Order: sequence, then C-alpha cells, then structure tokens
Amino acid sequence: MLLNDLPVLPVILPLVAAPICLLLPNNRLPGTFASVIAGLSAVFSAMLLADVVTNGPANYDLGGWAAPLGIVYRVDIAGALVMTLVASMAAVTIPYAIRSVEMEIVKSQTSAFFAMFLICFAGLIGVVATGDAFNVFVFLEISSLSTYTLVAMGAKRDRRALTAAFTYLVLGTIGATFFVIGLGLLYQATGTLNMLDIHERLLGQDNRVVRAAFAFIFTGLALKLAMFPLHQWLPNAYTFAPSSVTAFLASTATKVAIYAMLRFLFTVYGFQFGFMDVAFAFFLLLGMLGMFVASLIAVFREDVKMIFAYSSVAQIGYMLLGISFATPEGVGAALVYVVNHAVTKAALFMAIGAVVYSIGGHRLPAFRGLAKRMPVTAGALIVAGLALVGVPMTAGFISKWLLIQAAFEATLPVSSLFLVLFIVSTTLLAVGYVGRLVWEMTLRDPEGQVEIKRLPLAMMVPMLIVTALTVYLGVNAEGLINLAEAAARQLLDTGLGTGGAF
Amino acid sequence: MLEFALERYNYWIVIILMMIGLYIVFSRGNLVKTLIGLNLFQTSVFIFYITVGKVVGGTAPILLGGHSEGSHGDEHGAGHSDANGETHQDASLSAEDAAAAAQGDLVNRLGSRAADQGHVTGHESLHDGPEGATSNSLFTGSPGENMPDLITRGGAAEVPHTDVHAAEAALDTLYSNPLPHVLILTAIVVGVATTAVGLSLAVRIREAYGTVEEDDIEAIDNKTQLAEVMA
Repeated sequence: MLLNDLPVLPVILPLVAAPICLLLPNNRLPGTFASVIAGLSAVFSAMLLADVVTNGPANYDLGGWAAPLGIVYRVDIAGALVMTLVASMAAVTIPYAIRSVEMEIVKSQTSAFFAMFLICFAGLIGVVATGDAFNVFVFLEISSLSTYTLVAMGAKRDRRALTAAFTYLVLGTIGATFFVIGLGLLYQATGTLNMLDIHERLLGQDNRVVRAAFAFIFTGLALKLAMFPLHQWLPNAYTFAPSSVTAFLASTATKVAIYAMLRFLFTVYGFQFGFMDVAFAFFLLLGMLGMFVASLIAVFREDVKMIFAYSSVAQIGYMLLGISFATPEGVGAALVYVVNHAVTKAALFMAIGAVVYSIGGHRLPAFRGLAKRMPVTAGALIVAGLALVGVPMTAGFISKWLLIQAAFEATLPVSSLFLVLFIVSTTLLAVGYVGRLVWEMTLRDPEGQVEIKRLPLAMMVPMLIVTALTVYLGVNAEGLINLAEAAARQLLDTGLGTGGAF
Repeated sequence: MLEFALERYNYWIVIILMMIGLYIVFSRGNLVKTLIGLNLFQTSVFIFYITVGKVVGGTAPILLGGHSEGSHGDEHGAGHSDANGETHQDASLSAEDAAAAAQGDLVNRLGSRAADQGHVTGHESLHDGPEGATSNSLFTGSPGENMPDLITRGGAAEVPHTDVHAAEAALDTLYSNPLPHVLILTAIVVGVATTAVGLSLAVRIREAYGTVEEDDIEAIDNKTQLAEVMA
C-alpha cells in the first residue's frame, strides 16, 4: 500500500509537516522534527528510485483521476534521481541548520524558518514528481516564495539579505510569469496540460504559437536556473542567505530548475519540434559564456560565499553544455554533473557556514590561516574545492571527464576539440579561485586573536558526510553513471517519440 | 489588416499591459513602484488566460460512464478534436467577444433558444449540465465502441438530424472553459502571495535602511562594502 503511494509521499510529507512545524516552540524541536521529516522523505525517494529502476516509470493519479483529465505524478529514472538528490540534501542540511541558524537568524523565527525550509523542500520535490505542466509552475512558486523568505532571514547578520531577497523576488516572479504565459500558449495550442499528452499533440505542430510558448517557457526557466546572463539574482541571494539555506539552495534549487528544463525540452517538446536546434545552439553559447565570465568574476571576489556563488553560475554553464549536445551521453553527463555539483557545493557552503559559526565572517580575511585554527573544516573546504576543480579521485573529475567524452562523441556546430580545450581552460579559472582560498587557508598566518567557537557535532557531522560523499562519488562512480545514462536514454527516447513513455 | 488587429483587441490589451508592467519593473527605483509594475505584469497574464478560456460554441465535457483504461483512446480522440477546434475558435474569438458586447446578452439569448428547442424535441440541451443524463439517450441509438465518452464540441457534430438546431445553437454559444479560470485562480493566489512577501520585504528594507529607493540603498550598500574592504 505504501509502495503505491511512493511518488506522492515525499511531496505530501513535508507539505503537511510544515504547518505543524510552525506551531512548535522556538527551540531545537522544530529543527529536529524537520530533520525527521526530511529523512523520511529521503528514504521514500530512495525506495522510489529503486522501484523505478526495476519496474519502469511510476505513475500516480491524484484523487483517482486518470491521465488526461486528472493531475498525475509521473516519476521516471531522471525524476527519481533528482528527487533522491533533493531529499538527501535536505536530510543533511536541515540537521546542520539546527545549530547553524541559532547564530544566524532571530530566535523568534526559528520555527518559521524550519516551516519555510520544509515548504521549499516540498515545492522542489513537487516540481520533480509531477507530470502536469501547470503543476510545475505551482510547485516552482511554492519553493520560490519560501526561498525569498529564507534568504531574507539572513538579515540578522547582514541587512543586504533583504535587498538580495527583493531582487530575487522580482526576477523570480518575472521568470515564473514568463513560464505561465508559455504554458497558456501551449494550452491554447494543445488543449491539455498533461506533459505526455502535450507531447503527443505537439507532434508535427510547428507554428508561431508553439514557438512563442517555447521561448516564454525557456526564458522563464532560464531565469529560475540562473543561466548566464539571467543570473543577476543569484550571487547576492547566496551570499547573504543563512549558511544552511545557501547550502541547500546551491545544491537543489537550480538543479531542480535544470530538471524542469530537461522535462520540457525532451518530454514536452521533443526532437520533432523544429525549433530545438536553435535552443541547443543558444544553450551551447550561453553555457560557454557563463562558464568563462562567471568563473572570471569569481576569481576577483573577496567574499568566499560570493566566489562560490559565481562558481555556481559557471557550473550551470557546464550542465547546459551537456544538455546542448542532445545525446544520451551529453544529457547523462549533465545529470551526473547535477548530482556531483550538488554534493560538492553543499560541502563547500557547509564548511563556509562552519567558519561563519566559529569565526563570524565569510570574507577572505576570516579564512586566513584556517588550516591551523580549524583543521577539519579547512580540510573539508580543500577536498570540496578540489572536487569543484575536478581533480581525479573526486566527484568533479568524473563529471568533467564524462562531459569531455560526450563532447568528443557529439556532432556539434563548433569543433569538439575547441569545446574540450574551452572546458579545460575554464577549469584553470576554477583553479584560480579555489587556489586563492587554499593559499589563504594554508600558507598565511591568522590575523589577530579571535576567539574561535568550537564547532558543534551537529554541524560537523553533516559537513563531513557530504565531503566524504564527494570523494566517494569520485572513486566509485559506476552506479551513478549507469543510472544517469539510463535516465538520459529514457528522457531522449521520449523526446524521439519512441520510448517507453507511450 | 486593421480589422484583424481590432478583432483581437483583448490580446492587444494583454500585450500593452505586460509591456507597461515590465517597463515599470525595470525603470523605477522605488521598491513599491517595482511591485506595482510586477502586479500589472501578472494581471496581463490573468487577462490572457481568461481570453484563452472563452470558447465559441463550446460545451461542458460530459462523461458517459467511467473512464476505464479501455476507453482511454476514445477519450483522447475526442479531446484532441476539441483542442484543434479550440485553436480555430480562438482566432475568431475576439470578434465574437465584441459582438457579445454589442448585442448584450448574446449568451443568454442563445442559451434560452437552445433550451426552448430542447422543450420541443425533448432532449438536446447539450450545454446544460443537469440534462447531461438526457443527452445520454442521444447516443443510445448508435451503440458500439466508437461512441465517444466525452461529448465535446467536436462531438456535437455527430448529433443526429433531429437535434441539428440545438447543436447549431450550441455552436454559437460563448462558453467559458473552466480550466483556464481555475488555473488563473491559482496564479492569482500565487500573485497575491508574491505581492505580500514583496511588500513585507519592502517594509523590512525601509526599517533597515530608512528608504525604499533603490539608488539610495545601493549607495548605502556600497559604503558598507568599501568599509569591509578597508577593514
């Protein structure tokens, strides 16, 4: 019985738990409660993933109404993979947040903070689970609205969190509204909102309405996933949000938007749609620009959170590059990149959060001589930083390796060799900004005598788990790669109209 | 050409509102004004959805029997023709809209006409919900698998001869498709929530900075940043 409800449980659970969380007193209880919920969701997602891999896509008719009339949740391998990623990231960041936010937000907001966290989490999982196009919008907005408040809660430490949240709100809303306009046009052209149904009815249709819908939907999603040059909201939002929020957002929010983009590209539109080549060319170009420009900006920032925020924009460029190949290898590489980058960024931002907790700042001077002051945290930062660069034996190496391999195999408008050289040279920029941090941490002496607060175990353990995961994914990547390839194949088969979806 | 443009006047309203809204968002430095622009922008989308929701000659989809797995294909077919019809209708929609405005209660008139004829022939008020059961009998004469589960406007063409008048009346009826309305209700709720969050952020910004002008806030932030770099 429980097994039949698996596609819907990870969404319902946090959504129902959020208001309960709001009623709890402002101590460590709401955080503990939210951790349990997130843990349960993660377990259910993992069970769903195992189920989907063996039995094929899971369908769930909400309210018992079948596909064209009712809303269905449909989870295939790609969905289950991203869902498991989001749920497990929540399961590690929420326990971390319990102690971390004691420092960073107003005490009276503690229960509200965790309620918002759960709603955001539910929204992100919902985007992944649903098979209904309009539902994607609703869940995107559920997660975005809670994200705005979560970012704004960083105002206790720095009031710039408020303006960052406001900018995010304005740009996020414009993105979401663009997305809705696109959906309206799609509905006008097809008369349905179920993704597979839309796909079926779009076959052979290529007119201005459908193209306008395409443009609106992808501009909207590009704003949400911070595709260069629509990333303006991201650096400030990540920099001034509470550390645990940054760790969660950096590892999930943009990844879920990437997933939504994959869904609309392949499941909704598919390769029959003539406009796809233009879109892929755009992704290729903007991805490359993002990789270069954002990495370059990151090298010259003084705020460590800002450095890695810009690095996030750059990394999204790599994922877009993988998607733009439009081959199973490319999309598979992008999916592996999504997972690996999520884990890496979570580790980085958690370590930065630890420094904020113990030393009280996230600008470069606070990291001076960190290797002597906080050896464990500095170690985690170095490992995760190396993973970001793509050093062998770390997660980042696997994802870049796959991407380069896919670039060689794909037929592209630009020469593959040029692309590969480009990937490698932007990696050198990553060496620049990570190296700068590592240099400050290891080779410089700490400035002044600051009292260093001992890092609580509740923060240390999640941070080390994620750091260990970045190494594990670099050493034993076979499982993830196979999973991502299978997911990509399923997605592209739907896109070609030949897959098991019909 | 001019007529073509004028017939679609509600689309023009949507576009103009949308552009005004976006322009306000981008050009105004005052946070509250930005939110007003955002609201205008969203409102244009609401109007767009409502425009999409008006279908000339549409009728409520009436389900006959359950929609079991076996009948799935049928349903699809019916739904499909409906969709194609809808795109057609939308093109001529604004014209009908204008006509409706001019003639007053076009909808009601046609509706009652259909109802009158319904009295005469007995059972063909296709657009009428409660009489869905009666319209069931329309199809009992044509048994077999190809009976559509879903009587839609597409299906209305298959109505037997005696019911042609009622069907024509139904084709002239301006029907409000409930789905876009429901969708836009959801979007309105989301919009209200966004405005609420945005305004409360503006209040908090005002408390923290003492101003809601973006330029002033930026100047203050730049000063803070400079101090940070110096320290």
